[in-house]
Amino acid sequence: METVGLEPVLGVAAVLFTIGVAGVLTRKNALIVFMCVELMLNAVNLAFVAFSRHFSAIDGQVFALFVMAVAAAEAAVGLALVILLFRNRVTVNLDDLNLMKG
Amino acid sequence: MTEAVLFYLFSLVAVMAGLGVVLARSPITSALSLVTCFFFLAADYVLLDAHFVAVIQLLVYAGAIMVLFIFVIMLLNLREGSPTAMGGFTPRTILGACFAGLMAVGLAAVIGVLNAGPVAPEVQGEYGTIAQVGNALFASRYLLPFESVSVLLTVAVIGAVVLAKKEL
Repeated sequence: METVGLEPVLGVAAVLFTIGVAGVLTRKNALIVFMCVELMLNAVNLAFVAFSRHFSAIDGQVFALFVMAVAAAEAAVGLALVILLFRNRVTVNLDDLNLMKG
Repeated sequence: MTEAVLFYLFSLVAVMAGLGVVLARSPITSALSLVTCFFFLAADYVLLDAHFVAVIQLLVYAGAIMVLFIFVIMLLNLREGSPTAMGGFTPRTILGACFAGLMAVGLAAVIGVLNAGPVAPEVQGEYGTIAQVGNALFASRYLLPFESVSVLLTVAVIGAVVLAKKEL
């Protein structure tokens, strides 16, 4: 049974990554920006798995697992930071965080 | 043939869910959209013969990370339609969309000139099974990165607890 080639999967990964970038650049809510970063990481995982299948090498899948572990660690610390931010400033609006503005 | 059709179907839903993450009004809608995206990406992984990665994606991403996100969103109790909602065609959104579009054009150019050769044949034997992934992780090249990741996760847990405590 013929399966999907390499370029379509990379195209899907590129589209997801672009949507994530658009979200990070556009939204003001810190949590939604964070979720768009997770979307970008998932797009990269899809690209890893696609290459891994194309070359029949398991390394891409192993790397995807590492990306997931790092994303979990990053989510934990990042959400702790968001909670700390909310506790001090009672906002998650990124526009309100302008203490370092010139 | 069926695999390709299923792949395009699942990818289409995943991309639409990704759009839902960016365009939603409330953070909870964004979070649930992202969970949907993760589920359909896991289906894509299964179609790409990455069975272990698909299951771990469901367990870790959809089952742990997104639950943590939803906990935090509900803990902070953000209101829907608050000042952080997408506000139409401001300079911020137009510029953001333009830069993302530029990047999309660049990525499409790279994928277009990628000369990856013929469609890969059926994978042999044990590809993508937990046995082969485990062999790579524990017995082969990736033992040191695996142990480093465990140290990283410990540091992340300690860091999260220290950051969020009221007083040390």
